[in-house]
Amino acid sequence: MLVSENWLREWVNPTIDSSVLIEQLTMAGLEVETVVPAGPILDKVVVGKVLAVGPHPDADKLNICQVSNGEYTAQVVCGAKNVRQGLKVAFAEVGATLPGLKIKKAKLRGVESQGMLCSASELKMAETSDGIIELPSNAPVGCSIFEYLGLNDNLIEVDLTPNRGDCLSLVGVAREVSAINRVALENTTNKVVENKINDVFSVELLAPEACPHYVGRIIKNIDANARTPLWMKEKLRRSGLRPISPVVDVTNFVMMELGQPMHGFDFGKLEGGIRVRRATPGEKFTLLDQSEIECRTDSLVIADHNKAVALAGIMGGLDSSVQSETRNVFLEAAFFAPLDLAGKARSYGMHTDSSHRFERGVDPGLQVRAMHRATELLLEIVGGEAGPVIDAEIPESMPVRAGVSLRYARIKRLLGIEISEAEVVEILRSLNMQVEAEDNGWRVIPPSYRFDINIEADLIEEIGRLIGYNNIAGTKEAAHASMEAFSETQIEVNEIRDVLVTQGFYETVTYSFVSPELQALLDPRQEALVLSNPISADMSVMRTRLLPGLVQALQRNINRQQQRIRLFETGLCFIPQSAGLQQKRHIAAVITGSRENEGWHSRSETVDFYDLKGNLESILRLSNQSNFEFVKTTNPILHPGQGADVIYNNKPVGFIGALHPSIMPKLDFSQPVFVFELELSPILKSELPNFVEISKYPSIRRDIALSVDSDINVQSLLNCIFSIKSEILQEVFVFDVYTGKEVRNNRKSVALGLILQDFSRTLVDEDVDKLVVKVLDELKKQYNAILREN
Amino acid sequence: MSQELDNLLEKAIQAISQSEDLAALDAVRVSYLGKKGEITAKLKNLGQVSTELRPAAGQAINRVKLQIQASLEERKSVINDQLIIDNLSSETVDVTLPGRGLNAGGLHPVTLTMNRIQKMFAKLGFDVAEGPEVEDEFHNFEALNIPAHHPARAMHDTFYFGDGQLLRTHTSPVQIRVLEHQAPPVRIIAPGRVYRCDSDITHTPMFHQVEGLLIDENVSFSDLKGTLEEFLRLFFEQDNLKTRFRPSYFPFTEPSMEADIGCVMCAGSGCRVCGHSGWIEVLGCGMVHPEVFRHTGIDNDIFTGYAFGLGIERLAMMRYGVNDLRLFFENDLRFLQQFS
Repeated sequence: MLVSENWLREWVNPTIDSSVLIEQLTMAGLEVETVVPAGPILDKVVVGKVLAVGPHPDADKLNICQVSNGEYTAQVVCGAKNVRQGLKVAFAEVGATLPGLKIKKAKLRGVESQGMLCSASELKMAETSDGIIELPSNAPVGCSIFEYLGLNDNLIEVDLTPNRGDCLSLVGVAREVSAINRVALENTTNKVVENKINDVFSVELLAPEACPHYVGRIIKNIDANARTPLWMKEKLRRSGLRPISPVVDVTNFVMMELGQPMHGFDFGKLEGGIRVRRATPGEKFTLLDQSEIECRTDSLVIADHNKAVALAGIMGGLDSSVQSETRNVFLEAAFFAPLDLAGKARSYGMHTDSSHRFERGVDPGLQVRAMHRATELLLEIVGGEAGPVIDAEIPESMPVRAGVSLRYARIKRLLGIEISEAEVVEILRSLNMQVEAEDNGWRVIPPSYRFDINIEADLIEEIGRLIGYNNIAGTKEAAHASMEAFSETQIEVNEIRDVLVTQGFYETVTYSFVSPELQALLDPRQEALVLSNPISADMSVMRTRLLPGLVQALQRNINRQQQRIRLFETGLCFIPQSAGLQQKRHIAAVITGSRENEGWHSRSETVDFYDLKGNLESILRLSNQSNFEFVKTTNPILHPGQGADVIYNNKPVGFIGALHPSIMPKLDFSQPVFVFELELSPILKSELPNFVEISKYPSIRRDIALSVDSDINVQSLLNCIFSIKSEILQEVFVFDVYTGKEVRNNRKSVALGLILQDFSRTLVDEDVDKLVVKVLDELKKQYNAILREN
Repeated sequence: MSQELDNLLEKAIQAISQSEDLAALDAVRVSYLGKKGEITAKLKNLGQVSTELRPAAGQAINRVKLQIQASLEERKSVINDQLIIDNLSSETVDVTLPGRGLNAGGLHPVTLTMNRIQKMFAKLGFDVAEGPEVEDEFHNFEALNIPAHHPARAMHDTFYFGDGQLLRTHTSPVQIRVLEHQAPPVRIIAPGRVYRCDSDITHTPMFHQVEGLLIDENVSFSDLKGTLEEFLRLFFEQDNLKTRFRPSYFPFTEPSMEADIGCVMCAGSGCRVCGHSGWIEVLGCGMVHPEVFRHTGIDNDIFTGYAFGLGIERLAMMRYGVNDLRLFFENDLRFLQQFS
């Protein structure tokens, strides 16, 4: 909503300057977005009078004009078609400054010109203009144009919240200013324009729940050549509207001034009478913006006896619109129920000044007043004779203004401040509310234009708003201190994040919607949830894994020449399942490039599977790592020889490995990339430490080097050793794995360290030998593992 | 005899002082005190000295022996000291070279900001609550007093899935989900992702909010204001931070307000970031609407409450001076590394 400060001050003029006024509006909830001057500062541009016009000897399109500024007469060469003797013009004298232009004496095709006659666009009062500005004949010659046109004005852009439809007009904003400053409105525009003729037109309200009130009026014999006066054009311009034609301009003017959207029909195109009804199935017509519309039957139309002529409250039809030859006009001012109109314009892909207001609520008591105001203005401009006001109403369908009870004690309870009863009443009355005392408080009837006031809290908000939120001191509610109950076995996501950060990972935040191609590439077995209205095709499906986003982040950083990249993310993944959508929190990481930052002490080795596995294990160590198993993967996105599924309680909960070589080129990766992704919930549970006695006796280490088939994995060997269930075997670890030449074909060497210890005595060689023999026997039996001699 | 011993001592001390290293020193020791050394030889020869003179001669030899030993020790310690000094320079490293070991990475600024906010409110007893990001119309709109076709819905630019499900447009549905299961008093904070179908220089289709909700007996608007004023001062670590609270509109709070802070970029004098107004909007808040109480079955005659919503990226931009919202989602390491 664009508000001209000068126009506003015609309605209410408290003795405060512009900056205070602007601050007041913002602090009352009418947030001021921007304030711009109404026009450029003009110097030496004055009201001039064209005394004479003669032809230019060398140019057909130019005229030589004698222009008076009241002090002297200047010769001005002008190319505008509409320049004529007697015209009052905007005359830029020699030395005048216009936006981007300095006026000097000049010769135009050999004839001296002492100044310029200005068009509206040259004064930045229009985007384009046809000819020079024509000032009214009573404009005082010599008066500065800046003053004459009131260009010393601020255009205040107010960002209104949807509840304040009542402020979508000059009078609405003025009412607020009036209430804030307790200054009465000055202008009331309540003039009643009596009818000169008796022509009426029938109006039937066939959908009273949507339109219970419709006011019409016939105006005959208007002057088709009349032009909208400059003052009205200026007010429309300063309200952000483009002047079009007198009838349209007047209806727009009344909408901006009073908040009543109106429409003017060419009366000659209407047949029989007005019917406000629902659209019939498949009903089609062409709207003012030339678009053809096929109405749904839930839509309200204004129709005559044969056809729809307007989409009610949204836009008029083209065929019945007022044209330059129109002589007889039918004006409409109606009330449409906000709930019925809500969403209708949007459902047709439209949004108009009219629909914007009706959806938010137009004062149901305003229609007759608006009709008189429009008649008054229209007759002033285009002449003609008005018929009687046709006022059709279905009273039982009109909105009922129920009173709202306000309990005095509730004001303090909700706002936390003390306020006197008298002050409450004064504030409510300043907002034109009817206030009557009742038990414990008041019965309040809000004015008909305040659709936003329906419950007690709404009234309390009004009181707080007018006191000013900045005048309500901040307090703090009494804190209820209580001890925190937190589980020691619950791991916070932040702990996991910190473990990865400590190991050089950066956390990313990627979009939850990704491209369907990338999604399918990185989770080929899973359907994804598809957005109906994505922002773009490459953000149209919900991720089922974090990998697509991470891979994109990786691509981006590789393209930016990063040598060593470690990224991770945690967040929800969206997995459609037959039982419904699963929204699961995952954690995923990707690494590529060098193991360490290049430096004076590092070797330039690239990362491998075990780097990332180490990172993953450090996370699992937070919970109980032994609950997790790594088994060779069948995941199609992973390298079959360098990938594992992570198993928790016999259920796969994630995977880790190198991306499969076949998908690498599709992602533009030329260097190995290692990834892991896990459901987060299994790793957020740890176990309470359970103390185990520490042996007082020394431990013995015994190393064994085994030769086994190369496809035997080490975990199997370890499991085999532990299956012996020796009480003295405390720990087994791998300290070497070798697959070089010295080992026979398809064999590998695995070196294990066994730590042995007893709780009741010092072990002797005999104990150790016995166990080692047992271990070797079992390994030989199960895995054909042979002790290597050296 | 005595003269001879004196000469021997002098010769020994000279040899000792001329020894440049431990090996040379040891050779000197052997030549005097070793099995075949000169002093040893003298002690062996004592038997040939007359019985009367023997004690005095023995004493004299032993005295010289002790003097030589002391001198040897002294010289040894000098040589050792010199040895350490000599080694020091060969063991010297360039202390300006970077240390070994992996550098830590870093958390995303959105996480840093959310963690900070959670921590601040945790002290006030606010627990973290979470909700789904794919929501239904009831929780995202209806229960929050935003019925179908409400003009406020148009402002939300919602992503839909075509089956009544949608991506939550704010973290406010978490209020409803919590109140469906938890009786007052309630103090929760709900951080998370939210989505709006909007993308330009100042909007990304996904961003983060932190929702706060407090329901208790006798919670008032001035409590809300006081709490948020303190939060903003502490968050920006500016005791004199200017704040202002303006009336605004959210269907699920009444009264509603928005809070602005004095622009931290230009200190209120007006710049591009604050649109030359000197103020920057940082949050929306209000008293929980009676309709929300009704939808969740809580008695509004006993309980009142407040709710607020913070935009994380906006707060992070202000706090760290980031000038482009889109950087948060590009995950460029050169950006991320600035927050570690």
